[in-house]
Amino acid sequence: MSSVLQIKRVNKAFGGLMALSDISFDVNEGELCGLIGPNGAGKTTLFNVISGLYTPTSGSITLSNQSSKVISGLAPYKITQLGLARTFQNIRLFKEMTVLDNIKVAMHSQIQTSLLDTLIRTPQYRKEEARIESEALTFLKSVKLDHLAQKKASSLPYGQQRQLEIARALATQAKILLLDEPAAGMNPQETEDLAQFIKKIHQEKGLTILLIEHDMNLIMSITSRIIVLDYGKVIANDVPEKIKTNPRVIEAYLGEEREEHVEGQ
Amino acid sequence: MLFKGVRHDTIFTTIINGLPIGSVYALVALGYTMVYGIIKLINFAHGEIFMVGAYSAMIFITMFNLPLWLAMMLSMLTTAILGMVIEKVAYKPLRKSSRTAALITAIGVSFLLQNVMLLIMGARIYTFPQVFSNTTWVVNGLRVNALQLGMFLTSIALMLGLQFVVHQTKLGRAMRAVAVDKDAAALMGVDVNHTISMTFALGSALAAAAGVMVGMYYISMTPYMGFAPGLKAFVAAVFGGIGLLPGAMFGGFAIGIIETLVAGYGSTLFKDAVVYAILILVLLIKPSGLFGKGGKEKV
Amino acid sequence: MTSLLKYKNLLLLGLLWLIVLFGVNTLIDARIINPYYRQILYGIGINMILGVSLNLIIGLSGQLSLGHAGFMSIGAYSAAIVLRTQPHLGGLALGIGLGLFISLIVAFGVAVPTLRLKGDYLAIATLGVGEIIRIVILNMSITNGASGISNIRNLMSWPLMYTMVSFAVILTLRFKYSKFGRAALSIKSDELASESMGVNVTKIKVLAFMFGAMLAAVAGSLYATTYYVVKPETFGIDMSIGILIIVVLGGMGSLSGSLLAAIFVGIVNMFLQSYGQMRMLIYALILILVMIFRPEGLLGLEELSLQSIKSKFIKKKEVVS
Repeated sequence: MSSVLQIKRVNKAFGGLMALSDISFDVNEGELCGLIGPNGAGKTTLFNVISGLYTPTSGSITLSNQSSKVISGLAPYKITQLGLARTFQNIRLFKEMTVLDNIKVAMHSQIQTSLLDTLIRTPQYRKEEARIESEALTFLKSVKLDHLAQKKASSLPYGQQRQLEIARALATQAKILLLDEPAAGMNPQETEDLAQFIKKIHQEKGLTILLIEHDMNLIMSITSRIIVLDYGKVIANDVPEKIKTNPRVIEAYLGEEREEHVEGQ
Repeated sequence: MLFKGVRHDTIFTTIINGLPIGSVYALVALGYTMVYGIIKLINFAHGEIFMVGAYSAMIFITMFNLPLWLAMMLSMLTTAILGMVIEKVAYKPLRKSSRTAALITAIGVSFLLQNVMLLIMGARIYTFPQVFSNTTWVVNGLRVNALQLGMFLTSIALMLGLQFVVHQTKLGRAMRAVAVDKDAAALMGVDVNHTISMTFALGSALAAAAGVMVGMYYISMTPYMGFAPGLKAFVAAVFGGIGLLPGAMFGGFAIGIIETLVAGYGSTLFKDAVVYAILILVLLIKPSGLFGKGGKEKV
Repeated sequence: MTSLLKYKNLLLLGLLWLIVLFGVNTLIDARIINPYYRQILYGIGINMILGVSLNLIIGLSGQLSLGHAGFMSIGAYSAAIVLRTQPHLGGLALGIGLGLFISLIVAFGVAVPTLRLKGDYLAIATLGVGEIIRIVILNMSITNGASGISNIRNLMSWPLMYTMVSFAVILTLRFKYSKFGRAALSIKSDELASESMGVNVTKIKVLAFMFGAMLAAVAGSLYATTYYVVKPETFGIDMSIGILIIVVLGGMGSLSGSLLAAIFVGIVNMFLQSYGQMRMLIYALILILVMIFRPEGLLGLEELSLQSIKSKFIKKKEVVS
């Protein structure tokens, strides 16, 4: 197995506060890897650094799916175009737009038409629009959301909005997905459906997934490896069975109960 | 070195000339900054509050023969109430909507106030009654005008008063708490609506004081008199770092002095353009302002 | 089957377009639309172009620009200056071209740095840009300073106005329903998410802004030849707010909404002409009331189309029966 994402000695400071310190780990191709830790441990901050919303204070992040490329410091849209996409803790769909258009926006960089083509409506433009329309519909079918294509994203029930957000990230043709607490706010049945959905796309589309989740049952049942953060540091990196019994992890989670006022970044 | 061949005492005179108008900008800028700090809204109508302050003081003086200090107090009270009413009627219903919607509403309120004043008072230019001594002293070659000195000292006194309110009173504590986190403040028992309302009242009263002083300074008054100074005061607030009280004061003085220098050594015609250029430059180089700390949107 | 339907609709639209072109032309020739109403008609046309052009910036990409009148003045002065030596349609075309070119450069220079700013800061920065353009024009000799340029050759005709408005509407509609329009709407909806989906947010914002600014310049050129006088004071903040009202009233994002709003504003202006300032007061009230009670404006994001009108009628009939 070759690694597709290398995080090397990444630090991120906000003012004087070290949100991430000396984070290093690799994610291998095709892996479904969990990222856990108590509230405020820096999980979402790490996602923001990897996806380019934050620039790391020091350290490097390398993406090597096609060719090896340092992505730390690049604009988020460039990182997405290189094949890494994410979802957000608090769903960030384009609410006023239809499900189909949400997917089409994600396919934006795959459409090869210039503004001039668009304004004159050249045959090239018509061809591209027709291609994207059919590809977006095919894609929606593959994630079983095609019957909702013309619905406004905001009109979908919560569970389906989560699903659509993951699908939208996938539609960017990303091979590496960062999922930030996809099961947050779901009931056990919805969580179970989501687990099946993630497993399905992971296998069928040959994805590499890094998953932040608080639902321990979910994370233990679908991941093959778990990385644990606490106070901005990696405290464990192992298979789920060993994580369960790791004394440092247990200690970190026990500590959380005493410091429940510490909120997530 | 900046102005070759210009004698230093004239530069000092120009700077001193910039201080009174700068202190007025500072007062108006404080209102922008307080409102922005607490509800993240650029209160576009703030310049018009300033205009209403000037007009109402003029009316108190000419129609009711009130002394200047009383007229100023009453006009501050008038605009304080006006500010609270505007907040209740126009801004409060929009607290949950997009910031664009709130800003467009504020623009609407600004134009509404302008045109209501125009409807009541007509388009004719009013002159502010001369109620302040116009003596000029020459100290060490520097010309100091009594009105300018009065404006400067009054502004400083009002700013000190505001500092006291913000840092030493229960209301000030509530304002600071709401500015940091509205929901948390509400949980801690702060009456958020009342605090926002009072912030508008305070800011509006300061704007009225500034309006009265500008009325005395430039004498002629029109319903449009608030627009340009309002924008400049906003520039001042951004310059110092919007949301920060010391930033607004510093920005106000800086804009006043820069403007006076440009008018004195460059061209009066371009003095407004320079202020807007400063705004754009500040926004590009350090959008959080001179004293501000940069922050990124929470994800 | 669907393509056949599409062609049928296209044909219908083309026919409608021709009927309006010749119909109104006949009415003007027959003096049923007298010169006074004709002038109002042209005013509405100019407002339509301004409305859809600002809607591209505010409604589609969500960037509140308050300097639109500045770009309009660039087009107006370009046409006025060229028409002075070339008082014919070719000169007007040249003037429009010059206006497009200058506004392209100015808009690019303004957009690249300022569009990094967030909503309300951008609004103030563009307001500043509009004022700077006005002050520069006020202080130049080629623009004749404060007294402006008068006696500009009047070349406006109904076919010209109608064609220009149609072009502006078609181009903006094509923009809206393309990858650019979708990307712009996604930025308006959630900029961060949009960027995370691979959209080069700055590029799209700059494109929409430049496109809108250039269309405003065209509207300005038409203004110059329609009203044969241009002055710096015409293109102040009042004008920018006037355009904003059209966008807000019709619905931010709805181009056909802007067209309807331009007609509405044109008619209201006609009735309130003698009241002068009451007009601005009513506009101000409209802005506030629309934002409080119907922030999405008349049509919201939607467009008026033959289908949507048909489906409305059919629904109503069903309710009746």
